[in-house]
This record gives sequence, structure tokens and C-alpha cells, in this order.
Amino acid sequence: MTDTLTPPATARESMSVVLVGHVDHGKSTLVGRLFYDTGSLPDGRYEAVARVCEDTGKPFEFAFLLDALEEERDQGITIDTAQARFRTDRRDYVLVDAPGHKEFLKNMVSGAASAEAAVLLIDAAEGVQEQSRRHGYLVHLLGIRQIIVAINKMDLVGYSRETFERVRAEYLAFLGELGLAPRNVVPVAARHGDNVAAPSKQMPWYDGPTILEALDHFQARPERRHLPLRFPVQDVYKFDHRRTIAGRVESGTLAEGDEVLFSPSGHRGVVKRIERWEARRTGPAEAGESIGITLTEQLFIERGDILSHPSHPPRVSQRLQARLFWLGNRHLAAGRPYVLKLTTQEVTCHLEGIGPVVDTATLAARAQSEVAKNEVATVTLYLNKPIAFDAFTDMVETGRFVLVDGLDVAGGGIVLEPVEGDYSI
Amino acid sequence: MDHLDALEAQSIYILREAYKKFKKLAMLWSIGKDSTVLLWLARKSFFGHCPIPLVHIDTSYKIPEMITFRDRVAAEWGVRLVVGQHTQALAEGMGPEKGRVLCCSILKTEALQLLMAEKGYTGLILGIRRDEEGTRAKERIFSPRDRNFEWNYKDQPPEFWDQFKTDFAADTHIRIHPLLHWSELDVWRYIRREEIPIVDLYFARSGERYRSLGCLPCTGRIKSEATTVDAIIEELERTTTSERSGRAQDHEDTYAMQKLRARGYM
Repeated sequence: MTDTLTPPATARESMSVVLVGHVDHGKSTLVGRLFYDTGSLPDGRYEAVARVCEDTGKPFEFAFLLDALEEERDQGITIDTAQARFRTDRRDYVLVDAPGHKEFLKNMVSGAASAEAAVLLIDAAEGVQEQSRRHGYLVHLLGIRQIIVAINKMDLVGYSRETFERVRAEYLAFLGELGLAPRNVVPVAARHGDNVAAPSKQMPWYDGPTILEALDHFQARPERRHLPLRFPVQDVYKFDHRRTIAGRVESGTLAEGDEVLFSPSGHRGVVKRIERWEARRTGPAEAGESIGITLTEQLFIERGDILSHPSHPPRVSQRLQARLFWLGNRHLAAGRPYVLKLTTQEVTCHLEGIGPVVDTATLAARAQSEVAKNEVATVTLYLNKPIAFDAFTDMVETGRFVLVDGLDVAGGGIVLEPVEGDYSI
Repeated sequence: MDHLDALEAQSIYILREAYKKFKKLAMLWSIGKDSTVLLWLARKSFFGHCPIPLVHIDTSYKIPEMITFRDRVAAEWGVRLVVGQHTQALAEGMGPEKGRVLCCSILKTEALQLLMAEKGYTGLILGIRRDEEGTRAKERIFSPRDRNFEWNYKDQPPEFWDQFKTDFAADTHIRIHPLLHWSELDVWRYIRREEIPIVDLYFARSGERYRSLGCLPCTGRIKSEATTVDAIIEELERTTTSERSGRAQDHEDTYAMQKLRARGYM
């Protein structure tokens, strides 16, 4: 029988949530438990994991439902992100389990960067630890504002309200310094399922939502179509007589007949047609759509130009001020060239100035001339040619960038409002 | 923009990035539902054209209907098809009776390796999805393979904000996964919405159908009465059986897929 209460897929909302926190505080156990308690596990998965545990003489771990690699189960550690899909009456979830070990911070960032919301998890017995703070800081820097805190392993502290309140106060004070205010702080014992999908009988003193209920209180990402237009050119195709400019509308809407400005090149043109193939949508293109356009007259347009409406252009500059986190093994330093990628723009740049370097685990700031792995700093970058961008607080998609060192992405940054003053090394 | 619109737009973005960044690019077409959806998305990305050659690794053990479907669709859509086959290993008698994991390594992975070396491809697009199995869940969208074809899953490059790894050393290549964020149900709902032709092995005959396609000796059918796309979607909305349960090589030992994929398996 079909479940007639389930709305059609197209009407259902989907949300990506990342789970972060210090190593061994029980993130994978919580995800595994949610996976299990929502009845989302494929047949035989539980039994297969139970068999592996028995064969290798280990106690059963809910974490093993997620940690798929042999090395992960052997060491009881998550190396790279895993994910669990489950659904509630409210929406479909993809819950991303991010690694908590300092060494795998780049994997945590990779998993967290596209999430709409975050669950920060802390071990009640161990309290706030280095990665609890660091992950809180990065979640904030990545622009995630919807968060809840789960204080886990309440079973190990006798379900003590006092312990819960103490850890809660300590972490809220730290998050408060960052300007982050979690919606809920939930005491859980993930291993036993307390306050995960069902309320805990062990903690009658807690009358707030379970983790699952708290997730359902998150709001969907706001629509970006009411913001000013940003359409970065991805490529220009000439498969037939048409010269089609391909790209994705990052914000706003774009209609046939619109006058558009190309930045940083400064060209102006008029949109002749919005090009789609076998598309269900017609009419103006809106934020999120990958489309093509043709112009009424031929202009020399290249990948990297950002189209906007002339009344609301992006900024153009050869100098960027940014808050940057570094993931590379080699320090970020002056005198070395980096490739900056912002939307589809790519430009070589140098570190021109460096402000206070922040230890994200203590928030201590000090003067340094280089930025080491896992540190955050305010920097000024000098680019070898001007690019188009926005401040991150105005426009997320055109206000963030990565730096490539050699062959790999080694850092990410958000563009700050330009301020007067010079950071000298 | 609904959920399928968002998935589609993201996949198109990835395909266009791959096409822009890789001079020697190919797309793997296994003839299954995922890579056929991928082909459809490529045609959307390039306004009805598919400028990327399609590679099919033919182990010679494929289900015959797959080959018929492949040749018909390739001709209808005018795509460039490159078929790779490990003729030497086949001549020497390689087959599933030598061991399933070994057979997969030779007739699929090594065959692909030989073809890529011959053609000089540096970018390879594949239709794998995170929800298929545990090691695929850990994949990047742009995922490097070293000169020995190996995947270093313990030390992957960071990937965020749609900025992908497109710089790589000589003799290495990048796997590109535009469907990584799709689920099995998303794929079927998209097939229904777009009316994409799919090989009819997926539809039930005599109470059985294939849920995942592979080689004839190693791929099992599931019990099913689903003879239409609608019926398959209804079935999947209720099932708790995993998609690859019929793929024998996955179950040879606990970490079979990890070992296969670390060595370059799709």
C-alpha cells in the first residue's frame, strides 16, 4: 500500500545538518543512533555491524553503522565524513558526521561548509575541549547560524543536572563571545538513545526538545532570489551558431531584455535569450539555476566575469581584506604566490598584510608573520589583477574564496567590509 | 526551485566545471540508471550536445540487453562511445570463477586503467552516489587518484564552497562525481520527471527485477512486481533492503568494497 500521508517528493524539504565536536565525544554514535531510531537503516546493516564486532571481539558500537573504513573501526575514530539520511514528518535530512580529530580538520570543513545547520556535541564528563571550541569557531566562520548543542554521555555522569548546567554555561560563554546563540542545549546519552529520538526517562528535570525535535525547529535556508543578481560566467560555448554564456545564477533573478554589467571587465550588454535544454522551467532564471544566456550583440566575455544589474554592481578591487582559515601543511606566508578562487574567478595573489592571528581554541590573538595550519587570521591580499566580489555579510556566494597552494586548496576566507588601515608584516 | 531542480543545477555546475578544466575528459557509462541520468545531465549542461566521450568497460560478462540498449541510445543521441575491454586477460581465462574481487579488479579496474593510459584521459566522470555504500559516502566530488590508480582515502584534499581540485601532478588523474549528492530515490524520481529512457532490466519480469546492474554472473535480481517507474518509486519508498544487496563482489568480505575502491574500482 502507498502511504498516502507522505507528501510527494517535490513538496518535501531537504536539509543538510553537520555534527561537529571533539574527538571521542560520541558524534558517530549519535548519528548511528538517529539512523537506527528513525528506522532508516537498511536491512541487515545492524546485524552486519554486530557480526563484525563479534568477530573482532569489540563491543557493539552504533558509530560503526557510519564509520565504514577498516581503519576507522579499528581505531574507533572517524577519518572522513560520513552521512546518514533519515526523514521526519517535517522534512528529509542528510546528517553529516564530521571527524573530530584535529588532524582531520580539513575533512570537517569539507563536510560542514555546505550544511544549513549544525549540532555541536560535547562529552558531559570531559566538558568543553579544544575541538569543541575550534569547531564552534569554524561553524561560525562558515556562516552557519542555526545551531544546537548536544551534551552527550550523560549516562557517565549519572544524568546529573548540575554537570549538564556547568558544561552548558561554559560552552555558551564561549559561543557567546563569537556571537553564536544556540537554539537548544540538549542533554543526551546517545549510546542508550536518551533524548535522541525519544525523551529520556533518566532526566525528568529536562523538559526541552529531543535532538530530533530540535532539528525539526531549524528553518529552511532563505530564498536568494530577492537579493541583487550575481551570475558568474562559468564558460562560453559555441556548439552551433549561438555563442552561449553558461553559468549558475548565485543570487537574484535574470530575465530576457535585462541590461547587465560584466565585472570586472566593465562590459555592458542586453540579454537576448535565457537558454535551457529540455527544461521544465521557462521565463526568468532565478537563484540556484544553471542556465545559459545569449546577448543581443557579441561581446568578448570570458569565464570569471560576474553579471549584475547595473544598479547593484559588485565591488571591484585588486586588494581584499578577509578573515581566513588555513588548512595547509605549509604556512601561509608573504613572498609566496597563491591562486585565489572566488566563484569562477582565478587570480594569483600575495599576502600583503597580516592582522592578529587567532588561536581558534582559546580565542587568544597574537601578532605573527605567518599563518599556520588550523589558525585563523585577518589578512590583506594583493591580487595581480582586479576581481569582482562582495562582502560576505552582504552576499555569501560572492563573498568567500579559497586559496590554492601548489596543487591543493589550502585555505578559505570570507571577504570583510573594506576598512581603512594597513596591516604590515 | 524544488529538490530535484536543486540537484540538477548542482550536477550541471559540476559537469561544466569538469568540461572547462580538463582537456582530456571522459565519462564512464555503465549503462545503468545512474550513468544514464548522468548522460542526460551532460546533454542538459551543453544544450543538447554531449561533447565528452562515453567510456564503457565491457567485461564480456555484461547482461546482453545492456549492450543492445547501449548501442541504440548511443546512436539515437549521437554520442561518442569508446568501448574498453581487457582482451588479454579474457584470452588468459579471467572470469568470476577465479574469484569475484580479483575478476572485478582485472576486468573492470585494470581494463579502465589500460584504456585511460591509451587515451591519455586525466579526468573521468562517474555516476557514483554517497548513499550507495560506506566508502562512496566519503568521496569528494573531484577526487584524485595517484599514478598507480590508487585512492588515498585517508588523506583527501579539502573541498568546499564548490571550489574543486582541478590541479594535479602528471600521471595522476581526477575522478569527478556529479551525482554524489543524489539518493537512489532522487535518481528514479528524476527519471520519471524527465522521462529518461532506462534499460528495461530494471522492470520486473516474472516477479523479479534488477535493482543494480552489473555482470550477469555476479548480479542478482530482487523479488518485485514493479513494471513501471512509478511502481519502482513506490517500492523504494517502502523498502529497507540496500541497493547493492544483489552485487556479490560487495559481500566477499567486510571491507571488499574499500579494498576494491582504494585500488581504483569505480
